[in-house]
Amino acid sequence: MSGVTLTLVPAPSTAPPPVTRTARGLGERLAPYAYIAPFFVLFAVFGLFPFAFTFYVALFDWNPIGDQVFIGVDNFTRMFGDPRFWNAAGNTVSIWFLSTVPQLLLALLLAHVLNHARLRFALFFRMSVLVPYVTSVAATAIVFAQLFDRDYGLLNWVLGLVGVEPVDFVQSTVGSHVLIATMVVWRWFGYTTLLYLASLQAVPRAVYEAAAIDGAGSWQRFRHITIPSLRPVIIFTVVTSTIGGLQIFTEPLLIATGAPLTCGAVRQCQTLTLFLYEQGFGEFEFGYGAAVGVALFVVVVVIAAVNYLLAGRIRADR
Amino acid sequence: MTTTAPRRRRHGRVRWWTYLLLVAAAVVCLFPLYWMFVVATTDTATATRMPPAVVPGGNFLHLVGLVLETVPFLGALLNSLFVATAIGVGQAVLCALAGFAFAKLDFRGRGTLFLVVLLTMTVPTQLSVIPQYMIMSWLGWVDTLQALVVPGLASAFGIFWMRQHITATISDELVQAATIDGAGTWQVFWRIVFPIVRPAAFVLGLFGFVTAWNDFLWPFIVLKTPERYTAQIAIKALQNSYDVDLGLAMSGSFLATAPLVVLFVLVGRRMVAGVLDGAFKG
Repeated sequence: MSGVTLTLVPAPSTAPPPVTRTARGLGERLAPYAYIAPFFVLFAVFGLFPFAFTFYVALFDWNPIGDQVFIGVDNFTRMFGDPRFWNAAGNTVSIWFLSTVPQLLLALLLAHVLNHARLRFALFFRMSVLVPYVTSVAATAIVFAQLFDRDYGLLNWVLGLVGVEPVDFVQSTVGSHVLIATMVVWRWFGYTTLLYLASLQAVPRAVYEAAAIDGAGSWQRFRHITIPSLRPVIIFTVVTSTIGGLQIFTEPLLIATGAPLTCGAVRQCQTLTLFLYEQGFGEFEFGYGAAVGVALFVVVVVIAAVNYLLAGRIRADR
Repeated sequence: MTTTAPRRRRHGRVRWWTYLLLVAAAVVCLFPLYWMFVVATTDTATATRMPPAVVPGGNFLHLVGLVLETVPFLGALLNSLFVATAIGVGQAVLCALAGFAFAKLDFRGRGTLFLVVLLTMTVPTQLSVIPQYMIMSWLGWVDTLQALVVPGLASAFGIFWMRQHITATISDELVQAATIDGAGTWQVFWRIVFPIVRPAAFVLGLFGFVTAWNDFLWPFIVLKTPERYTAQIAIKALQNSYDVDLGLAMSGSFLATAPLVVLFVLVGRRMVAGVLDGAFKG
């Protein structure tokens, strides 16, 4: 793997590619299309068509084993008046905030120190922080639910040592959100750290050295070199963690064992994707579930647009 | 780690708190896995004792036996292995092939089609699980493993990654020379290009493998009978059957995680290098 150099700059395309169309048989001329066709076919069937079809299904009262009745925008009207939808939306935003902010701050700090030129055991630390990434969400949810358990969890035992009453994380709204956010942060902060480190390694050492010679301390180097050079990748990770945050599903499904589809009796930790699943595959309301999918898509588009404007402003500022 | 990294020169010594911070981060990352093993090897009485046991017990085989009684877990591990391997290998080969076409072959519509590949990355396909399920139902693929494998083979990012890599590592002259010697594009790809870019394709396949092994939502929707479960869905089934026995779901989680931890010990440094080298660069 050493020796891989990649940039997002496309290769210069002015020179003609080495294999040209001339003097080749029909088979050879069609070969390039055959090489790229699998992707286009797979994407059309399993990506694009279902995506477009979501908008169509959302206009129906669509029962998978019964009738499909066109009802126009009724699913959307119903959704906007559905407190369960707004509850799930609120939970999703809350969990997203609780997981994204600590994750990015932690990753910034760790990337900064991992970038130190004379760090020993650098490979060990880099590999350690990527271990959670290879651990599945399901296993993560099981082990953290156990660590945070009210009666037998290690965390509550430690809290008990300092005199805190046992906290029932799953049954409380804030507690369940903190629990889910902890799982998300644990699983992703190392990966984000390495993304930031990759960008930091592109900053010439000389910049840091010059700053150090000029008397800039560790914090000043962090504030005035590390943060500004990471701006593009920070925006990128905010967007990806937002899109990922909208799709949080496994953690809430696995922590509330009594009522998994709603994540608790009062839906205290039901996310939007879990609500979509509950409506689609629990209640068999495909139309209503698809409408929730459309709502999620709109949120993704809005976030992408805000990000685009924000990125444009940051470029203009510099 | 990377040949692109600027040469390391000294700028100040590493402070003690830097190591303290990194050791703390490593402990935070590794401890839950250790804890999984501890609970997976203790009986319920010990796991529910206060203060909790912090060293592994001798109950591992008993719990594994219980796991296998509850759900066909060995079959689930094999299903996961099959699905993840098929997706990893398939992505590596298909993306290298398409990346080769976009990097080194001339054909009408090349630029536009590549742009389309990039644009597909912006479509959040995970939000359309309901129509995806309907398609699987029409195809008669519900409760089959190909419902997991076939859609997982397409990777726009993989094509982008392999194209960049092939552009950077393989000279046009090399491809030209082979073509003049009478090799068809397939021979050029399979005998020359793929062997050279195999390390990059391997890392791509590795990420595809890990993602497929850990996938939950889609297998959870599509798989119905326990014999078809992947390891992740089997964990969920263990939780359903004995949600009072903490050790059982933890044993299942441990069994499903251990193969990936072994894999990570063997090739984790290449995954780290993969993220640092090109998984994203702004």
